[in-house]
Amino acid sequence: MTTPIPMLAPRPYRVVHRHAETADTVTLRLAPVGAGLGAWSPGQFTMVYAFGVGEIPVSISGGSGPVIQHTVRAVGAVSRAICDAPVGSVLGLRGPFGQGWPEPPPEGDVIVLAGGIGLAPLRPVILAGLNEPGRLSVLIGARTPADLIFTAEYDRWRAAGARVLVTVDRAAADWTGHVGVVTTLLAQLPAIDVGRPPPTGYVCGPEIMMRLGAEALIAAGVPPERIWVSLERNMRCGIALCGHCQLGPLLVCRDGPVVDAGHAARLLQHREL
Amino acid sequence: MNTTRELIEAHPFLAGLDPSARQRLAGAAHRIHFLPGSAIFAEGGRADRFWLIQDGRVRLDLHLAGTGPVVIETLASGDVLGWSWLFPPYRWQFGAVAVDPTLALELDGPAVRQLCDHDPELGYELMQRFMRVVVHRLQATRIRLLDLYGQP
Repeated sequence: MTTPIPMLAPRPYRVVHRHAETADTVTLRLAPVGAGLGAWSPGQFTMVYAFGVGEIPVSISGGSGPVIQHTVRAVGAVSRAICDAPVGSVLGLRGPFGQGWPEPPPEGDVIVLAGGIGLAPLRPVILAGLNEPGRLSVLIGARTPADLIFTAEYDRWRAAGARVLVTVDRAAADWTGHVGVVTTLLAQLPAIDVGRPPPTGYVCGPEIMMRLGAEALIAAGVPPERIWVSLERNMRCGIALCGHCQLGPLLVCRDGPVVDAGHAARLLQHREL
Repeated sequence: MNTTRELIEAHPFLAGLDPSARQRLAGAAHRIHFLPGSAIFAEGGRADRFWLIQDGRVRLDLHLAGTGPVVIETLASGDVLGWSWLFPPYRWQFGAVAVDPTLALELDGPAVRQLCDHDPELGYELMQRFMRVVVHRLQATRIRLLDLYGQP
């Protein structure tokens, strides 16, 4: 009998809470059945296994103690099965994997730029950055108001000192928020003071949104080496063995998913990758 | 910030413009307040003005049969509202409604066109500034066509 490699064996986690964020996106809180995974850091992911269906990488959107929170959008068979998992059901988790978001330096503002489901891996960054009035700006974009996630938390983040700006691509007349591309929200932030330590930017969303978001942050004066993005690739093993997630010299499951914008730009604009 | 002159001095669209040019533009401008929900112009109406938004927000919308107005874009402090006054047929393509209490500088379109006709240097400078706004909005619209939030 062979012994499974520990990081390849999923550990059972029970769904203890389920919240439908939108029509196709669900937040699940998962508690270990027996020994749980080790400590995680913001920006890391786990491989979530819907037994009998398959396994996908999912960023960690929160949690405390042994409980891990995942926010999943149903876009395929496996993510649909995970989204449909009722309270009390059991999923398998491996991880946590990858390099997370670096902590911001003690000085300088923090700008979080999130598109769609990309807000999920940034939520722990936001929660860690609260209670420093005026330092944290959270810019959120979505297709429509109905596609926004964590909406119940925005006022709490504002009350804790964050500037939270929201925009959508299209809306009915009853929407009193902003309509336009997410990068236009940068114009609503105070101008970057070149005499102060520069801001740090965290960008997450679909690849094209991250590319344009990072470019907009650079144009606004944020140094590329202080902009972090989270790459999305086809992660399978999670431990840099299988090569499915290779992006140029990187194995994203190990070397990412979080990388600096300069590094990401060179890779994402390379036609052969 | 109360006077038309002060608003003209402060608005980023006119930043760096020759003081005498700003003075001439001030002659075609006045400050205006819009209450939330008030219509600034309607789709298909005569386009004879434009606005430099100082405070507040304005939504551009389009009425679709059966679904009512769909919001196309939100403009905010520092933005320019309206460019249909520049070219025939001088008709608004969209509607505009104030979302918040909005303070703006309203400029008379035909009067500004006349200023530009008489002073091609000013005309060229203003057209360059309008082109920058138009190109910026076109690029933003193209980006939205990419469906930025489609798939993670």
